[in-house]
Amino acid sequence: MKTLLVTLLMALTALPVLAVEPSEMLKDPAKEARAREVSIALRCVVCQNQSIDDSNAQLARDMRILVRERIEAGDSNQEVLDYMVSRYGDFVLLEPPVKGTTYALWFGPLVIVGLGVVAVVAFYRRRLRAVAAGGGGTQAASVPLSDDEEKRLAALMEDAES
Amino acid sequence: MRRLMYFLPLVGLLILGGFFLKGFELNPRELPNMLQGKQVPDFDLKPIKGRDDKGFSSKDLQGDVSLVNIFGSWCVACQVEHPFLMAVKERNLVPIHGIDWREQDPDAGPEWLRKSGDPYTLVGDDPLSKAAIAFGVTGAPETFLVDADTVVRYKHIGPITPEVWKETLWPLIQELRKQ
Amino acid sequence: MITEVGHFALVLALMVAGVQAVVPIVGAHRGNAAWMAVGRTSALTQFVLVSIAFAALIHAFMTSDFSVLNVVRNSHSDKPMFYKISGVWGNHEGSMLLWCLILAIFGGAVALFGRNLPPTLRARVLGIQALISIGFLGFVLLTSNPFDRLIPAPENGQGLNPLLQDPGLALHPPFLYLGYVGFSIAFSFAMAALIEGRVDAAWARWVRPWTLAAWGFLTVGIALGSWWAYYELGWGGWWYWDPVENASFLPWLAGTALLHSAIVVEKRNALKGWTIFLAIVAFAMSLLGTFLVRSGVLTSVHAFATDPERGVFILVLLMVYIGGAFVLFAVRGPALKAGSLFRPVSREGSLLLNNLLMTTGAGVMVLGTLYPLFLDALGGGKVSVGPPFFNAAFVPIMIPMVLVMALGPFMSWKRGEALATCKRLWPALALAVATMAGVGAVMGAGSPLALFGLGLAAWLFGGSCLELFQRIKLFHAPFSESLGRLARVPRATWGMTMAHIGLAVFIVGAVGSSTWMVESIQVMKTGDTVTVAGFDYTFHGARTFRGPNYEATEGTFTVTRGGEEVVTLKPEKRIYPVQGRPTTEAAIHTMVLGDLYAVIGDEDKGGGYVTRLYFNPVVAWLWLGSALLVLGSLASLSDRRHRVGAPVRKAQAEQAS
Repeated sequence: MKTLLVTLLMALTALPVLAVEPSEMLKDPAKEARAREVSIALRCVVCQNQSIDDSNAQLARDMRILVRERIEAGDSNQEVLDYMVSRYGDFVLLEPPVKGTTYALWFGPLVIVGLGVVAVVAFYRRRLRAVAAGGGGTQAASVPLSDDEEKRLAALMEDAES
Repeated sequence: MRRLMYFLPLVGLLILGGFFLKGFELNPRELPNMLQGKQVPDFDLKPIKGRDDKGFSSKDLQGDVSLVNIFGSWCVACQVEHPFLMAVKERNLVPIHGIDWREQDPDAGPEWLRKSGDPYTLVGDDPLSKAAIAFGVTGAPETFLVDADTVVRYKHIGPITPEVWKETLWPLIQELRKQ
Repeated sequence: MITEVGHFALVLALMVAGVQAVVPIVGAHRGNAAWMAVGRTSALTQFVLVSIAFAALIHAFMTSDFSVLNVVRNSHSDKPMFYKISGVWGNHEGSMLLWCLILAIFGGAVALFGRNLPPTLRARVLGIQALISIGFLGFVLLTSNPFDRLIPAPENGQGLNPLLQDPGLALHPPFLYLGYVGFSIAFSFAMAALIEGRVDAAWARWVRPWTLAAWGFLTVGIALGSWWAYYELGWGGWWYWDPVENASFLPWLAGTALLHSAIVVEKRNALKGWTIFLAIVAFAMSLLGTFLVRSGVLTSVHAFATDPERGVFILVLLMVYIGGAFVLFAVRGPALKAGSLFRPVSREGSLLLNNLLMTTGAGVMVLGTLYPLFLDALGGGKVSVGPPFFNAAFVPIMIPMVLVMALGPFMSWKRGEALATCKRLWPALALAVATMAGVGAVMGAGSPLALFGLGLAAWLFGGSCLELFQRIKLFHAPFSESLGRLARVPRATWGMTMAHIGLAVFIVGAVGSSTWMVESIQVMKTGDTVTVAGFDYTFHGARTFRGPNYEATEGTFTVTRGGEEVVTLKPEKRIYPVQGRPTTEAAIHTMVLGDLYAVIGDEDKGGGYVTRLYFNPVVAWLWLGSALLVLGSLASLSDRRHRVGAPVRKAQAEQAS
């Protein structure tokens, strides 16, 4: 309960309105474009699943300013990202890096699709075998209709006809 | 074999449920300490008002085990831990340095310390989160334990409570002092 | 007093649900007609009781009864009446009561319209619905009671989050829940079928309308949420791959798969076990979504109250219902006989491929959404999985699906001809190529993937139209005959065509708006003009005024193009003093080829205002496409064969003869 309270208190700083302010922007449009690119890739660490470019949380603003300072100072985009990762870990990247702990994430989709294809192929092959063995076929329900149901059915058919 | 396939969804659900149960114990916002075992980041912060003689820089941490506490007058949880920090100061257990983080009004931090007491040996002003980002801070309060060689040994997120102090911080401080 | 009546009605509803969960199921087992009939009366009683409870809560909000804790926390006497009412479900407790109400509405609807269902099936379906009701009514009463009192009552309430004071978001939750909860009917039908050991064409025909309705509601709910994000959050985005958004998208994917596989059961009596499985999964995804939003295991911007106790309760419900269903599936599933045969290249084959891609897509989304939790639980550290992952992993799965979507409806049942079908589709291919070339010529070939996406949309649009043309023998018969055939096209077919075209339109909106958006952020003073995507925005200053419960700054822009006036835009920035929070009200002018979108921000020191001006290309197509999807489901629902209560056991009739 206590940790929850603290989390809530710490979360109060997040407000989902207006992000990048003109006063923050760099004069050089090429550098500003790079700063936007880097900002979009960085997660706002206090507001969950927003990039610092989208967030107007104060920490996000300060991170945007820092990104621009570093770009002005001559850092490459990757160097800025690396700096942020050295402070906040992989958590700060919206695109998780491909490495040991994320192989399951990045290659998981291939495995899922692969399993799906195998299952469908197995389905068709099994059905073919069933036919070859004379089984399978077209019998429909596992429980036939009872007399009572047959009557209801007949009544329904009449309903539908009229 | 085919019958067993029908049990797969159940198995998958149970595994998922296990992860969710475990998930209740985890805090998705609590980030690991990237500085663990590394040198404190370089910073050189200006003084806050009322302490105009000296700011706070990473060089000041050389030579003694100390705590670096990130706080702000706006931070509710900081007020929760404040009396405890005062108690640590009064008993002279370990120097606590403060980073006054992101004050909208430069007077607010000093005013708060003047009113409710000042537990800090050195305080630096960090209005633009320079030091806070360098430390990888996400919210206040966070506290870093730094050894005499300015290596970060521990990070505590949230207010320091007597339990945290007794069970974690104080034993660590004593151990580091022995070395 | 009325509040207590509501509380009491809710307790009674729980007791009625207890009866409804036992008596009809036992009755069905023993063949006791009187016991089975209890299901119908108790479902209707439950509906009345939960309605009374919900009405009591609405009454408390409308009269601003601040002796009710939930009203204090989520309302304020200054609030406009519309938002007082929508505040009922703008919070955790009230939204869970809404959930229960919708559950009771669906249960009551089955009782009322399910007259033609075999009595045992109806009794079992209602019994299982009641089991679900027990869980959620219990959840509300034990952990999230909206009727809790606060004595002494405070002077006024804390107000509703201003972001929620918006028509789009006021209606978003009810539709979302109509979708989520609607899948409970398909789930109950699946459980009843497993208990009875019979899944057949008639069963599929009974399930389909409920699934269609739930799917249509869910589509409306998701579209409303997305629309809200677009105009309210102030930067022109409409989808963020946020865990909570994903949580609403997962049941949609599973439900879409279910709709299509149920067709195969209905027409060809095949894929029965698979369809049962999907019916369970669709509801499982609804419960999963509810769990994720309310438990806090993945915190996100949208999260409601997060409380571990509630999280555990919902997790238990999820495990009991879905776990129980999977146990039943594992025990009874293998006994379901395989249905009629079909080739991979056939109508059934293409529907199965749709199912494969939809479910793998959902699987990938589950993986991405829950991966941070998986990794953290295994001690692997913290990661974020953001839009880049979902764009890279999910979109490629949807590409083959759209390719096949155009082909599928041309295929004949059982055995289709791939080559012949492709030949018929050459005009669609030509349309796709022409679209890519045309857009490429205008916009440049800088985004080949976007051009490909538009080509896909054109392919799907062309294919869907061609299928209709072929059906009515357009150009192959006298025009009058084609018209006659057009009038006789079944509504279910219209539904399919509309929905498929809707998806094509949606794809255009999604691709276009995310690729060619133009943004301009600057400080503007009165008289300044900024050009965005060929439109000149002139700023005429800002004024401040008071709304009912907020203070607003309103800027005025006139937009001209080539000297001709297009529109005057008046974006607002509002502060709600009760919460002290700002919101942006973007001014949007919608045109076929794109939206003009203006946002006003703070005043800067020099007397200018921060302004954000956007050109969002073809964004309206997103909502048009969504509307077509919903219209498609409505058209299909209105089909005579799908009308609830008009099922015909056709397959059995053939079988019996």
